[in-house]
Amino acid sequence: MSRVLIANPKEAESIHIIREVAAQFERPVLLFSGGKDSITLVRLAQKAFFPAKIPFPLLHIDTGHNFPETIAFRDQLVEELGLELIVRNVQDSIDQGKVSEERGRYSSRNTLQTTTLLDAIEEFKFDACIGGARRDEEKARAKERVFSVRDDFGQWDEKNQRPELFDMLNGRIHQGQNVRVFPISNWTELDVWEYIKNENIKIPSIYFAHKREVFFRDGMIWTANEHVYREAHEAVEEKMVRFRTVGDMTCTAAVLSDAVSLEEVVDEIRLSTISERGARIDDKRSEAAMEKRKKVGYF
Amino acid sequence: MSDNRKLIKIATAGSVDDGKSTLIGRLLYDTQSLTTDKLEAIEQSSRKRGYDYLDFSLATDGLVAEREQGITIDVAHIYFSTRKTNFVIADTPGHVEYTRNMVTGASTSQVAIILIDARKGVIEQTYRHFFIANLLRLSHVVVAINKMDLVNYDEEVYLNIKAEFEELVEKSHFNTEQITFIPLSALKGENIASKSDLMPWYLGNSLLDHLEVLEPEDLFESSVARFPVQYVIRPKTEAFHDFRGFSGKLYGGKLKVGDEVTVLPSMTSTRIKTIQFLDELYDEASPDSSITITLENEVDLSRGDMLVKSNELPKSEKQIAATLCQVNNKPLKVGDKYTLQHGVNRVLAKVDRIESIIHTDFSGEVPADQLRLNDIGKVHFRLSKPIHYDPYQKNKSNGSFILIDEGSYDTVSVGFINA
Repeated sequence: MSRVLIANPKEAESIHIIREVAAQFERPVLLFSGGKDSITLVRLAQKAFFPAKIPFPLLHIDTGHNFPETIAFRDQLVEELGLELIVRNVQDSIDQGKVSEERGRYSSRNTLQTTTLLDAIEEFKFDACIGGARRDEEKARAKERVFSVRDDFGQWDEKNQRPELFDMLNGRIHQGQNVRVFPISNWTELDVWEYIKNENIKIPSIYFAHKREVFFRDGMIWTANEHVYREAHEAVEEKMVRFRTVGDMTCTAAVLSDAVSLEEVVDEIRLSTISERGARIDDKRSEAAMEKRKKVGYF
Repeated sequence: MSDNRKLIKIATAGSVDDGKSTLIGRLLYDTQSLTTDKLEAIEQSSRKRGYDYLDFSLATDGLVAEREQGITIDVAHIYFSTRKTNFVIADTPGHVEYTRNMVTGASTSQVAIILIDARKGVIEQTYRHFFIANLLRLSHVVVAINKMDLVNYDEEVYLNIKAEFEELVEKSHFNTEQITFIPLSALKGENIASKSDLMPWYLGNSLLDHLEVLEPEDLFESSVARFPVQYVIRPKTEAFHDFRGFSGKLYGGKLKVGDEVTVLPSMTSTRIKTIQFLDELYDEASPDSSITITLENEVDLSRGDMLVKSNELPKSEKQIAATLCQVNNKPLKVGDKYTLQHGVNRVLAKVDRIESIIHTDFSGEVPADQLRLNDIGKVHFRLSKPIHYDPYQKNKSNGSFILIDEGSYDTVSVGFINA
């Protein structure tokens, strides 16, 4: 029997992009959040360079409000694959007085991490940051390039983007500029989940249904935890929930679910009628929220 | 790994107010690709603007600036799927910057949907959209005659527009089987996901049914294998001490273990020893796969070089002629020097001669001494080193290139190499 490799077009495209990063840049880094998209990126990078190791480190911007399950998962993954991991903490940026903690009902460290990220880029002189953003996540992301050039301030100028033709990627940049690279730009949420299922990729346990102390607000389900602002009248109850994204506890809402296996999770997503970012409070702040944050250097 | 659904990439083109965003929003709605929260956002925005219908165009108009002006300003990518097919739409705007944007969107697409307002018929913009679909040799064109609700679903209107468009088709590379005319109403959802009862005279498929039966294989792509080396893999570990793999994406045709191959530019011949993807070994790789190849003999091969079957050599030239589309504000002039990126290979290029600017309305060409933004022209180049290419009409990936400005590092032009 002849073994014929048939390309999965989206996977092949992503691997092509990741190899271009390694070839065109001197100091690339993979932005690792511990979420399913960045875990998928790690898998794709493994495929791009096997049998050699992934030729760039992972960078995790730790807000200090991560789910502990995510951090444990991260450390295990790095150990198993022999990867280099760099962690920079939002707490340090706060202690240095560069940013100040938000207060009140919707307080989150999500916007603060931009400063920590930009400082890390400067510290290590990274010229390419690989991220797991997808164009289907949000309207403003639909116009994002695969190689997205940022200035010294990490800013995105949507009116002045380089056209990307065929699959030729132009990574030429000036001193001080860097490029955000999005290898899974063309994947949908369901593509990612099906890939994780088909490849049997390990993901943090909070993606699966589990019992958790939660409270309800604005039709969304929040983790009851010291990091999450909660008013006295907001009652805590125990529910079977899972998370669709792994952001901060402060801005990631849970969904009610009984899906305990990858199969069940994928089935649930296929039937689901709430898009992924709908479960992230930071985008609900305003219709143009994402675009505004992108302009100031958010992923 | 396998997602067995086929992937169809579509470029959409229309003029301002042709209802293109509405059509895309409708496709998303009819394929249940709009999630509850997105639908809610559309309902809310529609209400805020005082509409008594759902404005699906709001599903795709992404940027704040656009919403203010009510027009789309760049290429946006939109995703939806049916049970059998994954679709990617590259949505490009219909106003002044149309050439650059549509060329960009069409470069990654196999299918173009060209929208025509049934009340206006074939207009100058239609010529231009079709010209670009023709220049980029897309496999299929769907001519969507929209707003049929505003002409009482009249067959006469449809037939007149079809006849007028068919005159254009005769001036192109397309044969009639590659062009499909569909009368529809995006606003009312007629002939989008299912056949409309209001146009019984139309015997063809609805838009979605038609898109589903298309095959992703590129009619213009030859079966000649081209393997540009992207990255050389040398693990230097105990287990893979002598491993030297050449990784890249395979274009145009298959490669098999044992194939006699020639390395360009060194012209050394050897055979393929292994084809691998992660830790799996394969006997054969299909086009568009990203793979790693090892060779029987030690050969000099690095990034930018190309591996081809020994009996299928491409052209190797230091002087090339190309049809060029200028995608940057800075004009291109005779004597200008650029970095030319052909696939993953880069060489220096000097503009030798500008032959002409081609009118995008099929009315011919005129002599010119420079190419401005959105101009399409015939240009001759001299290169610092030969590139190994096929004419664009035979092999898209090996027949196209971009020019990078040495000062700004911007991508300033895209070229299609002529035979």
